[in-house]
Amino acid sequence: MAHVDPSAPLEGRPSKETERKLKRESRTQIVSFVFMIFITSTAFLTIASDAIPTGFAIPFILLLAAVQVVMQLYYFMHMNGKGTGWVNAMIWSGLFVAAMTVAALMLLIGIVKY
Amino acid sequence: MANSSPAKKSVLWDWLTTVDHKKIGIMYFLAGLFFFAVAGLEAILMRIQLMFPEMSFLGEQTYNELLTMHGTTMLFLAAMPLFFGFMNFVVPLQIGARDVAFPFINSLGFWLFLFGGIILNVSWFTGGAPDAAWTSYVPLSSDSPGHGVDYYVMGLQVSGAGTLMSGINFLVTIVNMRAPGMSMMRMPLFTWSTFVTSMLILFAFPALTVGLLLLMLDRIFGGAFFDVAMGGNVVIWQHLFWIFGHPEVYILILPAFGIFSEVISTFAKKRLFGYSAMVFATLIIGFLGFMVWAHHMFTVGMGPVANAIFAVATMAIAVPTGIKIFNWLLTLWGGRIRFTVANLFALAFIPSFVMGGVTGVMLATSAANYQFHDTYFVVAHFHYVIIGGSVFGIFAGTFYWWPKMFGYRLSEAWGKWFFWLFLIGFHMTFFVQHFLGLMGMPRRVASYLDGQNLNDLNFISTMGAFFMGTAFILLVINVLISRKNTENTDDPWDGRTLEWATTSPVQEYNFAQTPLVRDLDALFYEKMNGDGRMKAAEPLGDIHMPNGSILPIFIALGLSIASFGVIYYSWPVIIGGLVVTFFTMMLRSVIEDHGYNIPVSEITGEKGEDK
Repeated sequence: MAHVDPSAPLEGRPSKETERKLKRESRTQIVSFVFMIFITSTAFLTIASDAIPTGFAIPFILLLAAVQVVMQLYYFMHMNGKGTGWVNAMIWSGLFVAAMTVAALMLLIGIVKY
Repeated sequence: MANSSPAKKSVLWDWLTTVDHKKIGIMYFLAGLFFFAVAGLEAILMRIQLMFPEMSFLGEQTYNELLTMHGTTMLFLAAMPLFFGFMNFVVPLQIGARDVAFPFINSLGFWLFLFGGIILNVSWFTGGAPDAAWTSYVPLSSDSPGHGVDYYVMGLQVSGAGTLMSGINFLVTIVNMRAPGMSMMRMPLFTWSTFVTSMLILFAFPALTVGLLLLMLDRIFGGAFFDVAMGGNVVIWQHLFWIFGHPEVYILILPAFGIFSEVISTFAKKRLFGYSAMVFATLIIGFLGFMVWAHHMFTVGMGPVANAIFAVATMAIAVPTGIKIFNWLLTLWGGRIRFTVANLFALAFIPSFVMGGVTGVMLATSAANYQFHDTYFVVAHFHYVIIGGSVFGIFAGTFYWWPKMFGYRLSEAWGKWFFWLFLIGFHMTFFVQHFLGLMGMPRRVASYLDGQNLNDLNFISTMGAFFMGTAFILLVINVLISRKNTENTDDPWDGRTLEWATTSPVQEYNFAQTPLVRDLDALFYEKMNGDGRMKAAEPLGDIHMPNGSILPIFIALGLSIASFGVIYYSWPVIIGGLVVTFFTMMLRSVIEDHGYNIPVSEITGEKGEDK
């Protein structure tokens, strides 16, 4: 393996293919960014307006939050890219373990005995 | 920039600043061995106290402190670092890498562990060690007077941060740095178990961190998370602790499983039976380890349904563990078995660990658990799995990898004396404790009354502890007198995996050329189908190495100072310590350091893989 100085500046121009890919990627980023702002404002409006009952609002904004987390991970933190299999495996198994644990704790710490 | 050779360093400076995974591995190993001796001594003191009924060798308070420190030290400062030592040393060699993914973080992890251990043990000299047992259940721990439990909280917090870093480091190393041809399903089992162990560390340690944080806030900063009068809940601690604590015991046993897989297959001269089943069993054990924590809490009163669910989940773990046991037996089946000390430990492990597993299933029966809970039956059970599993694994690994790590072979004759004394002592100490427990002797109590039929068995148990202590002295003597056995250390056992393709002691850069892996048991494949040497995957070239750094010590030192500030509640000390840490971290970010290159001429002068 050649030993490249990691601090050396990149030389030359990106290929046409790379340019196209970068353009596509930045479009996805902007679209998902706009969508996330939309989600966030929806969540805010849900809470701010009196028309929506609390019983609906709480699960609804939790759902929006979950969608946003997933989008955040895939579009902004690039978990959808190539070679992210292990990252995906680890994040999802971590979320799974955490969710199981929190759910179990909510059941077990309460006053009711199961 | 990246091509200046490092200046010659003194030996001490070299070890303090090293980022070489092999040196860090050796430091982990030696520090672990030291803490192992300390914790072993604590155990022997406790056994002397319990030798006769109503002995007054130790006071009750001292007994509680010894009990707490024995458990805490053995788990966090002895067993885990010893495994980390092997992982650090062996895993990069086994996957054909030149170092771990983040050498600096690796060194930081070690120093955080060591400083955490020192914080914990300083408590002996400052008015009393922690005394609420290694589980530190609240309200016993939150109300414990003195600073003992504060030392427990901060010591574990600091060393836990180091452990978490090392775990992440191994994950990245194993995912990213395998040699060409080494797919996941060609990795040696020890590397696999390191991988799964690191996952467990990644997911389990945050629960401990949170628990310790809450306890710290309660004890020192006037929090009320565990204060029932203020609306807190004491059971939360038990849950948090065991959400961490159960994966923790798998963190202790899985690397041992990995070592046994290597040792048994090497000394049976056979490929490991059912390799893929072994891998999946390891993964399943790791996964199920998170689903069973409440089996430590059957008597808390969670209710029959919760108890039943956790009982069934616990018993399910016996299935993948059973798969592993049978695979080891079938690896031995028809093999050309050599009874070296390493293999003796592996062979003794199988029945010993199965006994611990059987009592585990008994304890998992939640109805019966009400009888066993907090008796010596539990003590016998977990010592059978931890000594019969983890400690035997550590000793097997010690004898197996010693030539690679230190460049000389341990004496087999002294080793066999050590093995037999330790094995007999171990069973003497803990086998009788099953019966003590069934007769109702409670654990964690400093004494017992005469005339309850407990005398004889307790005496036998203490004698066994002396056997184990003597055995350990034999190991130390062995280490000291075997230094002349320096011949045949490169590949003394006719090894199967890549670490045996290097010289002993290993070159700084591990492999002059990254090896090409053509099969599972890469080296053995080359011995059978090639010329006995690894094929190179790259042309010979300059090797880029990272520079050493003194900064990790200062980062760890700053956190230790801050910890003492927390323990004695002094804001200036807390802030001063954190300033040291963050300033050093900033230095690390600002100073450019591209490492250095080892030129080809130097490598060919002393080539790595040639014998």
